[in-house]
Amino acid sequence: MSTPIISIREVTKSFGRLKAVDNVSLDVMTNEFFALLGPSGCGKTTLLRMIAGFSNPTSGQILIDGQDMVSITPDKRPVNMVFQSYAVFPHMNVMRNVGYGLEVTGVAKPDIKKRAEQALERVGLSDFTSRMPDQLSGGQRQRVALARALVKEPKVLLLDEPLSALDAKLREQMQMELAGLQADVGVTFVIVTHDQDEALSMADRIAVMRDGSVDQIASPGELYEYPKNRFVADFIGKVNLIEGEVTGQKGDKISITTEMLGKVAIPFGGDDRGEFNGNVCLAIRPEKINISKSGVSKNHPAGKDYIESEGKIVDWAYYGDCSHMIVASKNNQRFGVVIQNSRRDSVDALDIGDDVNLSWLAQDTLVLND
Amino acid sequence: MENWNENKSTFWIFALPGTFWLVVFFMIPLAIIWALSFGEQVSLTKTEVTGTLEHYIRALGDPVYLKIIWKSIWMSALATFFCLLIAYPIAFLISFVRGRLKMILLAAVILPFWINLLIRTYALIAVFRSRGFVNFGLEWVYKTLAMDRLFGPFQPLELLYNNGAVILGLIYVFMPFMVLPLYASIERLDKSYLEASLDLGASQFKTFWRVSVPLTMPGIVSGIILVFIPMLGSFLIPDLLGGTNAQMIGNVIERQFKAANNYPFGAALSFLLMYATFAALALRAWHASRSKGNDV
Repeated sequence: MSTPIISIREVTKSFGRLKAVDNVSLDVMTNEFFALLGPSGCGKTTLLRMIAGFSNPTSGQILIDGQDMVSITPDKRPVNMVFQSYAVFPHMNVMRNVGYGLEVTGVAKPDIKKRAEQALERVGLSDFTSRMPDQLSGGQRQRVALARALVKEPKVLLLDEPLSALDAKLREQMQMELAGLQADVGVTFVIVTHDQDEALSMADRIAVMRDGSVDQIASPGELYEYPKNRFVADFIGKVNLIEGEVTGQKGDKISITTEMLGKVAIPFGGDDRGEFNGNVCLAIRPEKINISKSGVSKNHPAGKDYIESEGKIVDWAYYGDCSHMIVASKNNQRFGVVIQNSRRDSVDALDIGDDVNLSWLAQDTLVLND
Repeated sequence: MENWNENKSTFWIFALPGTFWLVVFFMIPLAIIWALSFGEQVSLTKTEVTGTLEHYIRALGDPVYLKIIWKSIWMSALATFFCLLIAYPIAFLISFVRGRLKMILLAAVILPFWINLLIRTYALIAVFRSRGFVNFGLEWVYKTLAMDRLFGPFQPLELLYNNGAVILGLIYVFMPFMVLPLYASIERLDKSYLEASLDLGASQFKTFWRVSVPLTMPGIVSGIILVFIPMLGSFLIPDLLGGTNAQMIGNVIERQFKAANNYPFGAALSFLLMYATFAALALRAWHASRSKGNDV
């Protein structure tokens, strides 16, 4: 877990004047499940394709297992890729698809059969060896693509939006399976995705990309709870943003004045999160907000600082396990709140038009610089 | 129109012009020629359909005709093969370049269609005849290298009026018909198949033979059919470029209908050629269905 299998060093890729990837440096550790996450056009796929060798960086260096990849063609790189379209060869049956990578590199026939069968068993397709790709479902084709790449025993498996073509139910199932498979085969996985749920549920570490550069690299938990900037906070999960201004800093607390909340003091973790001054932004996750009808006593536990506000419920979306509410504050800021429907009658407690109190732990509030 | 069964009038409005064209200008003339092939010449201008097989017997019995059919087949096959060999890289290139350049290259392939076949063929004559551009060029090189002092004066190469000239002419004229279907199928080919093959460790060469060729086979087959069949029946190109030395079956058939005024025999030869073509197509279809059955 401690040695990097992929080192990307100051890599830039330009297409004409556009910098698709702009001075990116990152390390992927051995046996890690690493995700490149970002909106479309952020350069994540370009970066993955450079690792696979389909294009070369305009400047910078990519090392795989300590070896510079600059003049190494895709067929000679110790990585294999699962394509977004799966690219399962339509003119070969499942067995020949999986065996293809071994066949073209001169592996002996009995070995091919044995290893392909093992790989197919691993992805649960043992009974489909003689099927043609057009007789398979999307999920099965993806498994073929997975087996075809894994049978090569790559040092790194690259996955380009592997779940985007699957329906919601199957996607959830494949998320679990991919994570399980990665732990099982002990190969480093690098996945490209625009879906934060996918990245959060599967990856050990996530690099959030925007406009060709990496904004933050962290574990899913850290990324969600301690996003480095407004973009990351907004991109990963839902978040309420409140504009404010730093008015002072006292000990481990930072004072911020906002139009909505007045003056609030936020515990300031300090350390590596830098200095705060001038205009900042407060961020609070919808599920961390307590909501109650106005007039109902709130009985917060003692010894904790709470931030409080008022508003009126203006919209409501019911999702079964939870409900999303939009609360409008007095200065007409919209506020998202999520409640768990932990009881059958949870939905009856509140309704559109109700005046409500909002409160959350001061320590759950994020202060973001930009 | 989800289902033409539910909207018959619409279906017929769309189908009628095409059907009319096909029946009146293709099926009926073809049927007439077919009937004529069983006919007898009763006078200079009159032919009667008597059901005789004598023309077929004559065509199959006289080795001259079988030989010229066979020669036409191998010349067309050779020209088709070279067409494929040259057209595939061109089609590949066009499908990989983007934007303006793609349009320009496609236009360059289609451009010859705008020029009359006769003019293009005469242009070839101007290039290849004894005092044509190729021989001028060769002569210039020959003199520049001062070889005329060693080996005597330059002897122009006889490039025209032989089988080679006809094959070259066929390749030149039919090339676009090979490039276009190939381009269509390569353009449709999902390039990630090629990347996947490279990614799995196959070299460019292996990727070409194991992935590109099988996946563009429909384009290759339609290109071959589109080129081979009209080559087989061509008479203008062998007439102009081959002279009397390199006749193809098309020339013989043309002569039966014109100079020899023997419609029944010309019709019989035409249909023999057609039967051979049908047999080849049927063989291919049978082969395709059989190999597909083996795969599954």
